[in-house]
Amino acid sequence: MARIDLVDLAHSYGGNNAPQESFALKPVTMTWRQGGAYALLGPSGCGKTTLLNVISGIITPSRGQILFDGKDITPLSTQKRNIAQVFQFPVIYDTMTVGQNLAFPLKNRGVPKAEIDKRVAEIGRLLDLEPYLNRKATRLTADAKQKISLGRGLVRSDVAAVLFDEPLTVIDPELKWQLRSKLKALHRELDLTMIYVTHDQTEALTFADTVVVMHDGRVVQSGTPAELFDKPAHTFVGYFIGSPGMNILPAEVRGREAKVGGHVIALNRAYDNLPAGARIEIGVRPEFVEVVAPAPGLLTAKIERIDDLGRIRFARVRVGDAKLAARAPGGFTSVDGTAGLKFDPSHVHVYADSLLVEGAA
Amino acid sequence: MDKTVNQKAWFLVLPVFLVVAFSAVLPLMTVVNYSMQDTFGNNQFFWNGVGWFKELLDPSTDLGGRFLASLGRNLFFSLVILAIEVPLGIVVALSMPREGWTVAACLVILALPLLIPWNVVGTIWQIFGRPDIGLLGYLLNAAGFDYNYVSNDIDAWVTVIVMDVWHWTSLVALLCYAGLKSIPEAYYQAAQIDGASRWAVFKAIQLPKMNRVLLIAVLLRFMDSFMIYTEPFVVTGGGPGNSTTFVSIELVKIALGQFDLGKAAALSLVYNLIILIVCWIFYTVMTNAGVERKVQASSEPAVEPKPSVALKPVPALEPKEGVA
Repeated sequence: MARIDLVDLAHSYGGNNAPQESFALKPVTMTWRQGGAYALLGPSGCGKTTLLNVISGIITPSRGQILFDGKDITPLSTQKRNIAQVFQFPVIYDTMTVGQNLAFPLKNRGVPKAEIDKRVAEIGRLLDLEPYLNRKATRLTADAKQKISLGRGLVRSDVAAVLFDEPLTVIDPELKWQLRSKLKALHRELDLTMIYVTHDQTEALTFADTVVVMHDGRVVQSGTPAELFDKPAHTFVGYFIGSPGMNILPAEVRGREAKVGGHVIALNRAYDNLPAGARIEIGVRPEFVEVVAPAPGLLTAKIERIDDLGRIRFARVRVGDAKLAARAPGGFTSVDGTAGLKFDPSHVHVYADSLLVEGAA
Repeated sequence: MDKTVNQKAWFLVLPVFLVVAFSAVLPLMTVVNYSMQDTFGNNQFFWNGVGWFKELLDPSTDLGGRFLASLGRNLFFSLVILAIEVPLGIVVALSMPREGWTVAACLVILALPLLIPWNVVGTIWQIFGRPDIGLLGYLLNAAGFDYNYVSNDIDAWVTVIVMDVWHWTSLVALLCYAGLKSIPEAYYQAAQIDGASRWAVFKAIQLPKMNRVLLIAVLLRFMDSFMIYTEPFVVTGGGPGNSTTFVSIELVKIALGQFDLGKAAALSLVYNLIILIVCWIFYTVMTNAGVERKVQASSEPAVEPKPSVALKPVPALEPKEGVA
């Protein structure tokens, strides 16, 4: 049970003197609340696994500190930290039974036999592994093996946080749902800090109450799923979260107006103090752009196709060189393959060099 | 898909039949023929039926005594070198570096003894162990040990065993190393988190994951050592007395030294049979282990080979429309 603080933490596989741009994990300072369910979301190679391994102690960071409840544990080995980790591929000890697998971490720590048996029975019950406790672990399915991996972490009563490194990669889609809800239930029951690494936004958004989005070694935004959706702090977040991702268009922004290809789009807020020389873009989610019949005063777009997702339809359109997605209202059809785009001003965000700019009211 | 029936295809296999017939079947049948007869040279043969085989298995006769004694020595030799080479090979493999240029260096050094021809290995040790001009023999004697592999049974045995260990431990080590390298890093990380000691990691992860290569190593080393001929022949010539005369050496002595073709043929057939039986046992054990693995593999689509799921492109890397 612990709060985890990362203080100016960074890691480079090339050593501390490597140029900062090459760092796998760029300096980050953040706090993981005790009992929180976090997801670390980002594409492959964005540094999320590095961050996870730094927390678990498999990697010693090039710089910075990790605090558990305020105590610096950076130099401590993995064994000495109260961390459990579940890996992408189920790790089970082939020669042992499920029960022996679960007992392994306790046996290594010299816990008395009676205590081990009690804990193993308890965790076996918690994870629905009871019928298998005396079976060889190798014969089980991938999801049962992942549960054993998790169980080996939970069996230790002192565990402060459970780290998951894309644990559902090898699980069948149908079982993924079951296992994920099992994880959520465990989280509620055990009051453990859980950190879940994934590149799948559905997994992240359904599991976590706080999603931490990483991109290129940096934490670009950390917030609730709703925050990430409504107010992406970085164009990457807009683009990565949501399906289809946020539309991002290069624009000239002055005051309450954005100019895209000579056409003016109204903004809800005033942007007078944009940094000079920055690359200015506007971002708007497809949900807040509507295709309508072309009309004067609307940005005209060429319709490429319309995707019907069942409850909602998205038109894939083209404005000049830029491709956009926009909501197609029921009954919308295009006569000549063109359409006008109607933007919802309250959901158009302005980005300078990919970072969100807050306008003045 | 339906198979096309074309009996003419048999002609394509015919050359192989002929080659195998002339290179294997005919010589083998000749040996079978010899094993039933006695000869005194001059190409004169006398029918003996299964007489040689009876003698071979009867320790009270000269032939049987020699055969069974050499067989016993051979089995003992195989047992000893397995008991040394397998654990030693594992230890060497475990202590090898896992990355960096030292890996290549270690592999080359380990491979060197394997590349040396048998008779050269024999010659090296024959000279190395000589008390008068050999470095090993001279130093041992200088240090006060009365070491002489030509006159002392135990010294001869020690020399032959050490020579085999020197020559072949590398093979076991390389096989084990390959087995170790195939263990995913996550196992070690998980063990670290589980607080496993070095010994526990070995017992719970490394040994079980190596069991297949170890089986192959034991098979190869057993077969090789059971058929050993050149090295001890060059070093000790089977002596002192008969103390290092293994089955193959005995066989050559009977066949070429005494020109007892009948006895030698019978002996080589029995020798062959023993090797076949051992091979069959190993083969059965190994395929059974393989079946067990297959059953596991079908119930779990994962673990070692990265499944295709993992290789699925990440959404962010797919070209996404709507991004300028």
